[in-house]
Amino acid sequence: MSLKNRKLQYSLAINEALHQMMEIDESVFLIGQGVKSPWYVGNTARGLLERFGDERVIDTPVSENAITGAAVGAAIAGMRPIVVHPRMDFMMYAMDPIINESANWHYMFGGNSTVPVVIWSIINRGGEQAAQHSQALHTLCAHIPGLKVVMPATPYDVKGLMIAAIKDDNPVIYIDDRWLYNLEGDVPEEIYSVPIGKGIICKKGKDITLVSVSYMAIEAIKAAEYLKKEGIDVEVIDLRSVKPIDKELLFESVKKTGRLIIADCGWKTCGFAAEISAMVCENIFEYLKSPIARITLPDTPAPASFALEKVYYPKSNNIIAKIQEVLKWETK
Amino acid sequence: MRKKYNKNFLVGLYRTMMRIRICEESLVEPILRGEVKCPCHLYSGEEAIATGVCAALDESDYIFGSHRSHGHYLAKGCSMPELIAEIYGKETGCSKGRGGSMHLIAPEKGMLGAVPIVGGTISIALGAALASKIRKQKRVTVSFFGDGTTGEGVLYESLNFASLKKLPIIFACENNLYSTHLPIRECRLQNNIFKTGVPFGIPGDRVDGNDVLKVYESTKAAVEICKKGNGPVFIEFLTYRLRGHVGPDDNIHGMRTDIRPKEEIERWQKKDPIKRYERFLFKNKILVKQEVEMIRKEVEQEVNNSFAFALSSSYPKEMELTKYVFKE
Ligand SMILES: Cc1ncc(C[n+]2csc(CCOP(=O)(O)OP(=O)(O)O)c2C)c(N)n1
Repeated sequence: MSLKNRKLQYSLAINEALHQMMEIDESVFLIGQGVKSPWYVGNTARGLLERFGDERVIDTPVSENAITGAAVGAAIAGMRPIVVHPRMDFMMYAMDPIINESANWHYMFGGNSTVPVVIWSIINRGGEQAAQHSQALHTLCAHIPGLKVVMPATPYDVKGLMIAAIKDDNPVIYIDDRWLYNLEGDVPEEIYSVPIGKGIICKKGKDITLVSVSYMAIEAIKAAEYLKKEGIDVEVIDLRSVKPIDKELLFESVKKTGRLIIADCGWKTCGFAAEISAMVCENIFEYLKSPIARITLPDTPAPASFALEKVYYPKSNNIIAKIQEVLKWETK
Repeated sequence: MRKKYNKNFLVGLYRTMMRIRICEESLVEPILRGEVKCPCHLYSGEEAIATGVCAALDESDYIFGSHRSHGHYLAKGCSMPELIAEIYGKETGCSKGRGGSMHLIAPEKGMLGAVPIVGGTISIALGAALASKIRKQKRVTVSFFGDGTTGEGVLYESLNFASLKKLPIIFACENNLYSTHLPIRECRLQNNIFKTGVPFGIPGDRVDGNDVLKVYESTKAAVEICKKGNGPVFIEFLTYRLRGHVGPDDNIHGMRTDIRPKEEIERWQKKDPIKRYERFLFKNKILVKQEVEMIRKEVEQEVNNSFAFALSSSYPKEMELTKYVFKE
């Protein structure tokens, strides 16, 4: 029974999904660094070790390549592993098992094998942690055929997408953002899935479509709320999945508003925002009333210094300014 | 017994350890106040290793470090003001405020870089050693990494290649018994890190990493081996960090989360490498209390000056955010 309006923190919604899925499916297990630590990964894994034991809740040495490969192998052997990387940057050691092995496996063996693994990694930006502790590399993953990539922005989605990812028979890269971990929102108690590849309209609007994922969806909503007061009616879409992309939702919205701005938490060149932009241009160019705009990170590694961090990470005010610019374009 | 060393050398070791300790401890308050924001993995308690290793090196020899490299950087003779400025995110820092505490560099001193990807610099150090070999330079490279790093595959790939090519590289493993929250026994079954290179034909040594002279001596021997073209060498230094994994006591989200047993910490506090070396210096009449006090005062002055330099320096300019992405 779902209690209406039960509020839960983003990190605890992940925790609930893990508890419930491990309970109903014995093939699900959690492996990775920090599941026993008192730090943030430990928070999302709270109570799991006590409940399911150290055979299904495995804290590991620093050995991303081997552990991710092991998760992929266990999946091939019929388990449903979730492998966690406390920072997405650390996952780069595991690119072989992810990209060469897991993504290609089903195809290169003619469908004779599946890899139902969830590869969970956390974006952990800011705090002057600099270039190797902050990278949002979803585009890199989304580029690879055979990988699904999800980036939940709300407590509701984080639970639903984790469950969907666990149930999916393919490798799913599940990326969350440390900046979202304390966010509260409605989360039903029961087991439910948010379909992978389906976006959501967070706010309806008619003047411009604002597409985002992950943390940027929160900034997008803030921007839309501000602009509403200025009489600008922004439609905010949280795509939730970076791959596959919910084309229908995207196209329908752009057809209605005639304008598109994309807010991404990754870099600009060859990035996710570029892909969205290309999709729209390729398919429904005739509906566009103004150029597409992108809000992204500059093509620069993350700086340590707070003085630079504050201009490095885009916020709602950058989105607002960009939207105002796009809307002016027509009157030129 | 240690007559073979002259006073200057012995006092120099002491001074270097004190520079590291006082510098590290002076960061505690600014971190707790939130004035230092970047993650700082303090080196307190491990000073004898960086100090002893770097004392056995020439300025032209190379070192590479990790997330916990303030000590390596200082021991190699790099600038304390630039270290503190970097930690404060200032333009005058050794990485121009782009890197923070975990990205330290001073090429002119042979410090070729420290980065926080665990194991990330091992193969890079391998490459520096390879370069020295190709250029026929008598130059040694030291790769510093922790016990936790022995979980990473890149270490084994690098050991194999280094041994195959007889590279002048010292794999310096600082075993402080922990990898973040995991005690070493939960990271590996056998307590034999020093034998890690053996299957690759690389000799290994295990050294009390809290005894600066022992560290120096074993490194000196390793340097000789490397300079004769008989490298690589693997050394395990046993030690303990007196602070948390990151910050003074892992004080994350207001929770004090150092998971190590109190008695264990206290046991290691008694083995403090600096106090220990101090006792040795007193016993052998190399220093008297007054001289120690003088050194402390001088170092404190240096630390204060470094903070003053950092605090009075400017932040990087916003318009220069994209500077250094490429060499122009
Ligand atoms: C590739 C990678 N994985 C995980 C981490 C997170 N991490 C930072 S320090 C650390 C522990 C390393 O332990 P050790 O090598 O023993 O060094 P120590 O901190 O004890 O000095 C870990 C796991 C990281 N920085 N890089």
